Amino acid sequence: MNAIDKPAGHGQDGTGEAPLLSVRSVSKFYGTRIGCQEVTFDLWPGEVLAIVGESGSGKTTLLNCISTRLPPSAGTVNYRVRTGEMRELYRMSEAERRLLMRTDWGFVHQNPADGLRMTVSAGANVGERLMAVGDRHYGHIRDTAIDWLGRVEIGEDRVDDQPRAFSGGMRQRLQIARNLVTGPRLVFMDEPTGGLDVSVQARLLDLLRGLVADLGLAAIVVTHDLAVARLLSHRMMVMKEGRVVETGLTDRVLDDPQAPYTQLLVSSILQV
Amino acid sequence: MNATAGAIATYNFAYLDEQTKRMIRRAILKGIAIPGYQVPFASREMPMPYGWGTGGVQVTASILGPDDTLKVIDQGADDTTNAISIRKFFQKTAGVATTTRTGDATVIQTRHRIPETPLKSGQVLVYQVPIPEPLRFLEPRETETRKMHALEEYGLMHVKLYEDIARNGHIATTYAYPVKVEGRYVMDPSPTPKFDNPKMHMSPALQLFGAGREKRIYAIPPFTRVVSLDFEDHPFTVQDFGRPCALCGAEHVYLDEVILDDAGGRMFICSDTDHCEERREAGHAGEMLAGEAAQ
Repeated sequence: MNAIDKPAGHGQDGTGEAPLLSVRSVSKFYGTRIGCQEVTFDLWPGEVLAIVGESGSGKTTLLNCISTRLPPSAGTVNYRVRTGEMRELYRMSEAERRLLMRTDWGFVHQNPADGLRMTVSAGANVGERLMAVGDRHYGHIRDTAIDWLGRVEIGEDRVDDQPRAFSGGMRQRLQIARNLVTGPRLVFMDEPTGGLDVSVQARLLDLLRGLVADLGLAAIVVTHDLAVARLLSHRMMVMKEGRVVETGLTDRVLDDPQAPYTQLLVSSILQV
Repeated sequence: MNATAGAIATYNFAYLDEQTKRMIRRAILKGIAIPGYQVPFASREMPMPYGWGTGGVQVTASILGPDDTLKVIDQGADDTTNAISIRKFFQKTAGVATTTRTGDATVIQTRHRIPETPLKSGQVLVYQVPIPEPLRFLEPRETETRKMHALEEYGLMHVKLYEDIARNGHIATTYAYPVKVEGRYVMDPSPTPKFDNPKMHMSPALQLFGAGREKRIYAIPPFTRVVSLDFEDHPFTVQDFGRPCALCGAEHVYLDEVILDDAGGRMFICSDTDHCEERREAGHAGEMLAGEAAQ
């Protein structure tokens, strides 16, 4: 776990060598049970990291600890804010953290209903972050919302519909648009394709891959689906029972798994 | 209960005991010190149901003195059930003078309206508030709304206005229209029509808000900035009825529609009954009265 593989220069905003996010020895205990233990890694700007593992391996706990949704029992999480300064997330004030979460970060939930406001229109869902950072021009908010809906392949005529009138795949795309509208630098995704059928999954993955590449986003994707990791991520981390058992470039880990558990995981994929 | 004059010994002055009044006055003072901030207080049971103005009555009882003159308004009128029963309640329990004249009153308890006659320095306007939290219908968690107030995260309030425009083409919220007080707290002005919102801005009178069921008190001190929220390209506007009052001929006042028959006959009259009466006494007449005079 100490071997932090450096990706082949995905950084594109001039920060070059400096990591965007630096996680050191993060552990989370639920009483005597382990959520995740001693997780250490760095994430560089523009890099997509996949966290894979079976159910209960601590993937989501780790994601929540990093994204300030769940304070860890031990360890530190440092993030490079837009000024270039490295800040320890759990030492920031709550106001700063919340501002970070709705401007510089995005969080895509597995269940879109958790990340959307189901009772307001799609346009308002996308516009909420803009209004939260002080945009007070209706026409501008609406134009931006329509533009973003277009980018995630939702028609302009659906802008005034509520998300509950949308299909599962559309909701997930709407959630992505809502998160990306403020131009975040880091997006957390918790099983973004969970609960979608395979053809919708494929389109969503295609869309996500395009957006991540176009916007130069850094992303941490939690998934149990190795195909998602293969398609989206540059690097992956394999977790088992709260610990990281293997890290490395995605293609390397999937084609030449070293740890016994990773070998088991890779060989468990159904070949059709 | 002996209701004859001077026999109020069966109650403490203005119904509430002195310790309760002291507790409420502390909440009021805190509210005045932090304009627009909702101060929790230990609301008491009052001899009337929640929703009938228990919050307003407790605030009025705490600030009332023997020399005060009380006016009670319900939807602009002095002669509806709620107004009459609260006025009688304080006549009986405090023995204070009551009036229907806005200009003569020192304390005005109101439900859903601000008088048309401009308030002056020294007057206190007490609002009855059903739901003090402006973010309530957008964010049901109290812990979260408190945090949003504390961190000044008011983007959500504009989501509601955005929805209004997206659905109706204009901001369709007509009452309980959210305002920002002194550039800091977003506040629910109680279910007054948005027509009355501009009257709160820089008012020389003290404005107190009491929510009995929700156990909150908040305040706008005199000469405080109160700005209605809006969008740059959809600015805040008040209702315009496009006609004068049918009884007193007043223009640019808030009007109530009165159905006259079942053949579509209707008239629009001042919602503020005192304002209408005063104007008629001064010789003004709307089309309805002018018609009667001609007959």
